Formats: sequence, C-alpha cells, structure tokens
Amino acid sequence: MERPLTQRIFAAVAGWGLAIIMFFPILWMAMTAFKREPEAIASPPLIFFEPTLRNFEQVLDRADYLHFFFNSVIVSVGSTLLGLAVGLPAAYALAFHPGKRAKDLLVWMLSTKMMPAVGVLVPIYLMFKSAGLLDSRIGLVVLYMLVNLPIIIWMLFTFFREVPREILEAARLDGARPLRQFIHLLIPLTAPGIASTALLSIILAWNEAFWSINLTVSNATPLTAFIASFSSPQGLFWAKLSAASLLAIGPILVFGWITQRQLVRGLTFGAVK
Amino acid sequence: MATVTLNNIRKNYGSLEVVKGVDLEIRDREFIVLVGPSGCGKTTLLRMIAGLETITSGDLAIDGKRVNDVQPDERGLAMVFQSYALYPHMSVADNMGFALRMAGVPKAERQSKVRDAARILQLEPYLDRRPGQLSGGQRQRVAIGRAIVRNPKVFLFDEPLSNLDAALRMQMRIELARLHHELDATMIYVTHDQVEAMTLADRIVVVNGGRIEQVGAPMEIYANPVSTFVAGFIGAPKMNLLAGKLQCTSDAAQAILEDGSAVTLPTRPGLANGDAITIGIRPEALRVTADGSLAGRVTVVEHLGGETLTHIELASGQLATVKTDERAPAKVGQTVRLGVDPRRLHLFGPDGRAVSRRSEALQPG
Repeated sequence: MERPLTQRIFAAVAGWGLAIIMFFPILWMAMTAFKREPEAIASPPLIFFEPTLRNFEQVLDRADYLHFFFNSVIVSVGSTLLGLAVGLPAAYALAFHPGKRAKDLLVWMLSTKMMPAVGVLVPIYLMFKSAGLLDSRIGLVVLYMLVNLPIIIWMLFTFFREVPREILEAARLDGARPLRQFIHLLIPLTAPGIASTALLSIILAWNEAFWSINLTVSNATPLTAFIASFSSPQGLFWAKLSAASLLAIGPILVFGWITQRQLVRGLTFGAVK
Repeated sequence: MATVTLNNIRKNYGSLEVVKGVDLEIRDREFIVLVGPSGCGKTTLLRMIAGLETITSGDLAIDGKRVNDVQPDERGLAMVFQSYALYPHMSVADNMGFALRMAGVPKAERQSKVRDAARILQLEPYLDRRPGQLSGGQRQRVAIGRAIVRNPKVFLFDEPLSNLDAALRMQMRIELARLHHELDATMIYVTHDQVEAMTLADRIVVVNGGRIEQVGAPMEIYANPVSTFVAGFIGAPKMNLLAGKLQCTSDAAQAILEDGSAVTLPTRPGLANGDAITIGIRPEALRVTADGSLAGRVTVVEHLGGETLTHIELASGQLATVKTDERAPAKVGQTVRLGVDPRRLHLFGPDGRAVSRRSEALQPG
C-alpha cells in the first residue's frame, strides 16, 4: 500500500534532516582537517578553501601514528575476543538454563552501564596501579572487556533466546552435550548475531576515550589518546586536531562501512525471522 | 527388547505437582499412546522418560535398569518433537546423520544408514535440501528419519501430527502404523487427539490431571470407560452423558432425568435410591423411535456423507447427539422421541466412576 505523498515527503525530509544533523560534525571535522590553521578558526567559517595535506604531515611527523593504531587494534580486538569468551557461555547459561534470578542478573548487569565511569576512576586507577597495569595493553583489554561485557551478554542473550529450545533438546537426545551444542548448533545458528555483537564491541572499544586517556601514558596509548594529545596546553590547533581525529576514526569508519550489512543484519536478526 | 517401567513417577514445579504418581508398565514393541487434554501432564511424562525433565520422585526403568540419572542420549531413545526441531542450517542428510556424527560413526557407515532411513521414508530426493525448503509433511518425515537412523530401543513422539493439515495427518497416521510394524520397536506417543489414540495404539493410557485415568486396548477403553472423563474423551462424537437420579424398585432400576423422564437401567447398581448418577450413551446407541423414553427437539443436523449426526436438545435442557448411517431421522425443529438400548448403556456413580455392569444383573424384559 502506497502512503500518501505528504507523508512520504515528511518522512524523507525528517530522515535526511536527521542524517545531515548527525553527519555534519564529522563532515566539518573532515573539512577542517584539510584547512590551514587560520582558515580553521576563521569567522565566519569558510566553506570554500584550498585543501592542504600539511596538517597530516605535521601530525604524523610529531607522533608515531602506527604505534597508536596498533594499540587500538590490539585493545579493541583483544577485549572483544575476551568479551566473547566470557559472554558466550554466560549468555548460554542465562538463555537456556536460567536460574531464579536470571532476569535480575541481566538488569543488574545493564544497570552498571548507567553509572558514570568517572565514579569509579579512583578505585580503578588504584587497582591498576597496584596490579602494575597502568599504561599496559593487557590492562586496557581487561577493562574494555568488562565495560562492554553487559552489552555483549545482553545481545548474545537475545540472539540465543531466538533459538527454539526444542532444537537443543533434540541435539541433547542426539548425543550433543553443551559444548557440542554450542559448536554445531548455537554458533552457526546465531552467527550473524555473534558477528554484529563482536563488531559493536570492537567499535565501542575503539572509540572509548575516558579510560584510555586516564590510564595510559605512552606504551599502551590507543588512537583516542592520540587525538587527545593534540589538544595541547599551548592552545588548540583545530586543523591539526581535526587531522588527528580523522586519522583516528578513519579505520573504524572504513571497517564499519565494510561490515554494515552484517551489522544491520545482526541487529535486526530477531525482528525479521 | 525394550520395556519401560514407570514406578510412582512424580513431577513438581516448585509447589505445583503436575504428575501425581504414575505407574505404568510398557511392554516390548508395544505402541502405547498417552492421551489427555492439554495440561494433563502427558508431555511432561514423555519428557521425563526422554530425560529432558528431571524426575522429582519415583523410578523410571528401561529394560529393567533404573535410568533416572542417565543422560538422555544414553537411554537409547529417540524423540520426534511437535515442532520437528530440525537443525535449520543442515541438509536433510546431515540432520538425519547428526546423532551418528556425535557418536563418532565413520562417514561411510553414516551415509549408508541415512540412505536406508531415507528409503523407508521416501526422502531420497530431498537429502541435499535444507529443512526450510521442505513441506510440513516432508519435515515431519525428516524428524522421524532422524529418530530411525539412531536405531533406538524406544521411540518417543510428542504430538507429531498436530502441525499438519487434516489430509496429511491421516496419511502420516497410516505411515506411522506401517513404520511401527516395520521397525518392530517400542513406541510411546503423546497426543490430545483421540482418533490418533484409537487408530495407532496397542494400548491407550488416558491421562487426566497428572494421573492415569485408565489403561487398556482401544476397543476395551471404548467399550468400558471407567469414568465419565474417559467416556467423554474417547470416541467421536462424544458419548452423551446425562445426569439423573437413581430410582430402584423391587424388580427394576431406572435413571430419572431432570425433566422427569425415566431411562431403564440394565442392572441394579450397588447404590442407594436417590443417588446422583450419570448415564452414558454412545451416539450410535441412541435411536429416534416413537416409543422412546426421552423427548427432545432437533437443533442441528450434520450430514457427513457416510453418517449423519443429529443434535437434539432434550426436554431436560441437556444436549444429545444421535449418529445414524442413513439420512437424518428428523428435521430441524421437529420434536422426537429417543430410545435407548439398555445393554449399550453406561452407568456412572456420584463420583463419576463407572458402576460395574456385573453387579446384580437384571434379566432384560
């Protein structure tokens, strides 16, 4: 059934408007990255200018980009793998063998996300310090895993809940104990969901800034700390900051672009079945 | 050889008791059908036999060995689920061979066993398809095939035909009967459909409210239901159950219905005068006749082709169904009289239990 023209126009305008509002800061940042410093702070803002790569040269000159990049990769992928290793069995238990308090447990896990991170900065900092984890990649991996675990478990739990119980019961009678049910049934059946969970976890870990800035100095610094290092005490250099930001979010944007079909498929997994 | 013995089996969910002490001895190669209304505990009973539910108390033995704490896959059973529970990402062949793969059977042997089962079930052309590409009946056969491949001692069926349309259900029913004959295995079958129970079972187990109501061969249960529940549940259309009071004289016993009409009973039951009783008459045992003891008005006539059902509202307000082989004995709106053959009458006492027919038989006429 066709919707009336006015409704379609309204939907199109609202959709595009929203998309532009969300995308504008990124576009502006990308433009600023190619401006000279005076152009970057010009008022009124410049829309037309002669693009330059000088900011990128200077940024790459001043810092070892690859060092930050590999830290980001290790920390986001590492925390995601660790998160799946903990989250998959946890979600399995909650979905298929729930105890009396399973629902409460899920809500409690999610509630930890409602607390501002800064509220636990001091205890976490002190724990990291006494454990010798400050400025270490392993420390960030563990921390990011814990930060994203509630979301990982929630997502996996919803995907697992979509799998009919009887399929696993049939497998039980067919001689598949939990580990084999996992390998032969659950993982192939919920692969799109697991993939989108992993992608989301990677993206969240990649973009995390609060902990990385507070807990790393040089050795383990990921790209978010790389950006922060350009907001220097001498004043803000917008163009260079933008160039650094673009370099930091570039890889994850490309990654997101390539995997977006998978991501959307996973996120709507339950809805379309 | 596979016998299944249930000894005082109980199941509680918290304080709720859903299976209340079931004793049952299932013989080797028997086709046993557990039948009852939804929520009566029959599926829970089957799932306990399968090992998918823990047994709260009592003993379950297969071939004389207690298996309460044995894992489902080690009990030598195969189960066909109501929803078929096929593995959607695997081909038909992989679905059927999954159990063998889990058991570490070599691929060549696995394939030959899958092919054998596929031949029995006429599934050979579909072995490479996914379950999603099959019709309901084919999926059902794959589910049965998956069970056959394992060569189990006991087959368990949980309402396997309830998702099929009427024509297919009848076809699969016949196929299941043929399979039982061919495989010569013990089968335990759960259904709420009394037609499936009547047609498939060697013995029917009627379950109600977590207890066994009656166990027996289909015709035995049909002919001698032990309670109003069994009487009403087994047989289609339902047995006519009419409430009344007992009136005994020196040489006869009668049931006085609510409108005062009297039905002569074949026996003098061992009950007191004035006791509340229920008489049960199968629709085929009622007939329209001018000198019948019951009066009523025809409300609906259903022509089924080979037989005709005439629904009658009795003077007492109770409803009765008459089944005849010919055309309808009366038209809608017409007032008729119904005759009852005392020998085909069932009698139930105030507690709903059948009153033994052998007690104090009276000479008819």
